[in-house]
Parts: sequence; C-alpha cells; structure tokens
Amino acid sequence: MVEVFGKKATRFGFGEALIELGKKDPKIFVLGADTAASVAVSGFGQQFPERFINVGIAETNMLGMAAGLAVAGYIPFAATYGVFAAGRPWEQIRTTICYSDLNVKIGGSHSGLMVGPDGATHQALEEIAIMRVLPKMKVVVPCDFIETKKATVAGAYVPGPLYIRYGRENTPIITKEETPFEIGKANVLRDGKDVAIMACGTMVYEALMAADILEKKGINARVINMHTVKPIDEQAIIKAAKECGAIVTAEEHQLMAGFGSAVAEAVVKNYPVPMEFVGVNDRFGESGEPFDLMIKYGLKDVNIAAAAEKVLKRK
Amino acid sequence: METADLKKTAAEVRKDIIKMLGLSGSGHPGGSLSSVELLVSLYFNHINYNPKDANDPKRDYFILSKGHVCPVLYAVLAQLECIPKNELCTLRKAGSRLQGHPAKDKELPGIEISTGSLGYGLSIAAGAAVGIKRAGKSNRVYVLMGDGEQQEGSVWEAAMSAAHFKLDNLCAVVDDNGLQIDGPTKEIMNVVPLADKYKSFGWNVIEINGHNFDEIDAAYVAAKKTSGKPTVIIAKTVKGKGVSFMENLAEWHGKVPSKEQVEKALAEIDNSLKN
Repeated sequence: MVEVFGKKATRFGFGEALIELGKKDPKIFVLGADTAASVAVSGFGQQFPERFINVGIAETNMLGMAAGLAVAGYIPFAATYGVFAAGRPWEQIRTTICYSDLNVKIGGSHSGLMVGPDGATHQALEEIAIMRVLPKMKVVVPCDFIETKKATVAGAYVPGPLYIRYGRENTPIITKEETPFEIGKANVLRDGKDVAIMACGTMVYEALMAADILEKKGINARVINMHTVKPIDEQAIIKAAKECGAIVTAEEHQLMAGFGSAVAEAVVKNYPVPMEFVGVNDRFGESGEPFDLMIKYGLKDVNIAAAAEKVLKRK
Repeated sequence: METADLKKTAAEVRKDIIKMLGLSGSGHPGGSLSSVELLVSLYFNHINYNPKDANDPKRDYFILSKGHVCPVLYAVLAQLECIPKNELCTLRKAGSRLQGHPAKDKELPGIEISTGSLGYGLSIAAGAAVGIKRAGKSNRVYVLMGDGEQQEGSVWEAAMSAAHFKLDNLCAVVDDNGLQIDGPTKEIMNVVPLADKYKSFGWNVIEINGHNFDEIDAAYVAAKKTSGKPTVIIAKTVKGKGVSFMENLAEWHGKVPSKEQVEKALAEIDNSLKN
C-alpha cells in the first residue's frame, strides 16, 4: 500500500518556501503577473512588499525585469501559470536569462492537465520540453507539497536559471520532511528488479500505485522519483537499466521531448534497454474535472502498469 | 570632459568603429555611428563607472538594448581602457570576447547582460532600477534603444512598468536615426509621435539633437534631476553619421566598408576634426 500523508497542492509548497526564504535572505525578490494569489506568491507580497512586484498581465516584461533584478544582485522568483511563464517569454528566458546565466528562478504553476476546467489554453503540457532544451537551465518537477517546498528553497541557491514546475490541485503528499532531497539526485522510493518506473511530479504517486498493481501480478517494480529533469540523474538511470532491464517513464506532459525523452537520451547513450512512455500523446488537453482528464488521457496507475507489462514482453 | 575633448574622443571612437567593422567583414556601422555622441557623453561625463572594477557595486548600469551597435560600446570601453585597444580587431572572430552582439558569458568588463534580441533592454533596465530603488541605493540605470526597436510590444510593457514603479533612477535613450533594415522607420512601421507616446505612458520626455554635446549633456543632467518618473531622451540622429557615403542610407545598417571605403572614411573623420 502506498503511504499517503494527506493532500495539499504543490503551489502552497512553493508559496511557503518563498516566505521562508524571504525571512532569511534579503536577496529574494518575487514577481507576479496578475495571478499572484493563484500561483501562491501573494503571501510573499504581503509579508515583503518591498521585495515584491506585480507586473500585471505582461509575462515577457516580468521575465525581463527578473533579469534586471538578477543583474542588480537579487535572486528573483518570477511565477505565473506554467504555460505563460515558460511559453510566452521563451526567448527572453533563452537570450536574456540563460545566455547570461542569470540567477533567475521561474515558477511554472498550474502544470499539466490537472488545472482541469480551464481547458487547453491554461494547461501546461509542453514546458518541460521547452525549458530543458535551454543551455544553463535547470528543470525541477517535485512530486508533492513537501518536495516542492524543499525544491524551491534548494533552487534559490543553485546558481543560474531554474524552472520549478508545480500545480494547482490538491495532490497526495507521499514524502516526509526527512525524505532526502537534492537537486539532480533521484530518489528510489520502492526497490524492485523486474522493471523500473521513473516518474516526475504528480505521476510519482501514480507510479507507486502502479507498483502495487504489478506486485499483485507477481511483477516486482522499482519506483524512482526523478524530481530533477535537468540535470538528470544518469547514474540512477544506468543503475536501473542494468538491474531492472526495462524502464517505464511517466509524466503529466507531452510525450515528445519531455521527461521521458530525457530519460531515453540517458538510457540509449549508456545502457540501452526496452522502454515505454506514459504521457499525453501529441494532443491538446480539454476542459474537465482533473481526475476525469487523467483517466481520459491515460495518465493513471493502470496505464503505467499496462506499460510495464508491455515493456516486459520486450525485455 | 570639455566639448572639444568629447569631439576628439567621438572621432577616435568613430575611427575605431570603421576599422573594427572593416576587419570583421560583418556588423552594423549605421547605428553604431549614429549613437557615438550619446555614448561618449554618457561614459565620459555622466555614468558612474569604474574602469578598474566593472563590478563595483556603486556603478551605474548601462544596458545596450540595441545590441547590434556593440562596436560603438566596445570602442568606448577601449577608450576608457576597460578593454585593450588591440582587442578591437578581434570583433566577431572565433574565440573573441567581442561577440557580434554583447555577450555576458565572455566576461567582457562593462557588459552587464547579453543583448541583441530587440525590445528586451527596457524591461531589464526597469528590473534593475526597481531593485536598486527598493534597496534604497542611488545607482542609476541607462539603456540605449533604437527607434525601430520601439515597434516591439515588449518595449511598451516595460514603459508602462517603469512609470508605474516611478523609476526616476532610469534613463532610457532612443537613438532616433529614422532608419531600420528594410528602410525608413516611418514607412516600415511608424513609431511617430514617439515623444507623445512616452508622455502618455507617464514618462519625462526630453527631445534633443543626438550629435550635439551641449544638448546631450543637458539632457542627462535633467534626467538626473527628475523625480517620480523615468526619463526618456529621444535623440534625433543621423544613421552612419560622420561618414558622408554612409549617412542616411538604410543599406549601411548591416553592411561593412571595403578596404578603400575604410581609408576614405578614416580620412574624412580626421578632416572633420580640423574644421
């Protein structure tokens, strides 16, 4: 059985971490773009108004100003919905922030399908891909509230640009305060030797559930929480490839060029084994209740378990 | 620096621009030459800049939003002895710190941030200015843009912000030479009346002749004295200024002079000082 310690949205982990950071470090500065409350940065704004600005509905300017704040010596966190934070100002992020290796942290909230009823325009299903392709950019996709908090704090002090992906909906808390967290280092949550399931973000919980399903069928799955998509933990991947001989990846994101592709790059380069990929298959999202959408788009534990059974046939 | 010395320095900078571009085989002479006086005045008389320590925390910040005119910035930095004069001949060559557009990762003193994609500089400057203001510091932020660059929507997002946050430590300069790659700015996509646009956005607007040192000097001084709002200096300039066969021709936006043209241009600039 998967142990769950309540439910809380990862966005609150991001918001709480910013306040913690703000108390300790006068260099922390936060920028919002008219979505401050929903992406959980308004709390910081209330506590530290002198280190907070709301730029209004102007994401390109938000990232440009974040770059300027970094030039002036701050550690700026700019946050809005992931689709707008990463997509709209992509070239500012590329040319102004990454090329100059500036200490700008980008919070991409409302990730994946789970933003639900707002539909495709507001669902971020491509930003892992477009962020990880940028030189210098680091990409972190924490799995729950507690891990998001740790990732945000750790992210502040990893030099250079960093993208943190977090979500709106309440999701299960599956890690504890004492669970280790280090950017770039994957966590094995459940050991196993038949197949390795690697997941990031909300899909880590589904991966753990999938391992339960597989166990009942006599399949012993290893579950790895790959909270850092870039730099990806190649050692953990190689070890899993060697010891398990088959890999399934799971992400709440497009299949192309995202997290699964990042794992595949490491696998093919180092120790090729059969792989299967769970994610959104080259289509836009739509309106619906988050849970219904996850079923419709094949992002549930049963889909991961099915992918594992499929990959085992090719082992 | 007195006006006579500024003029002499401007001529030296112009000659360096011509030489650099002649050697590099590619680059942007037109806008580099039109912004010479604006940068010479800024760097020699107004900006708080420490040639011995480019990261001096007391420094004023300069962001070259129109990054393609970096030859003028490199030449000015060489005049200030921030970078060795002989390095100018490496412009745009493999292994050089003098990239075709300013690059932060080359650790060239005086380059605060990589620029070159148009329309980003004003946001960067506004971000730096708001951070400095909130920290209670007195550094100033300068940004140089082109008139064609005003066509980018992001300029107006930044213009809105700079006024909203009352960034009186921010001074934007528009090198208004009236030409862009494809032709006259007013024919490609008219940005006139630029002064009215900035005024309506809540800025202090100063219009000057961008080749007249007295007017430039007065504008920078007035910008420093302005409180509660950012200042934009809209400087009317001549693209290719100082080289007769380049002046007011859009084709010299991104074309470099031949060896003969370099000689002709250098002689002309030298002669201009004698008159």
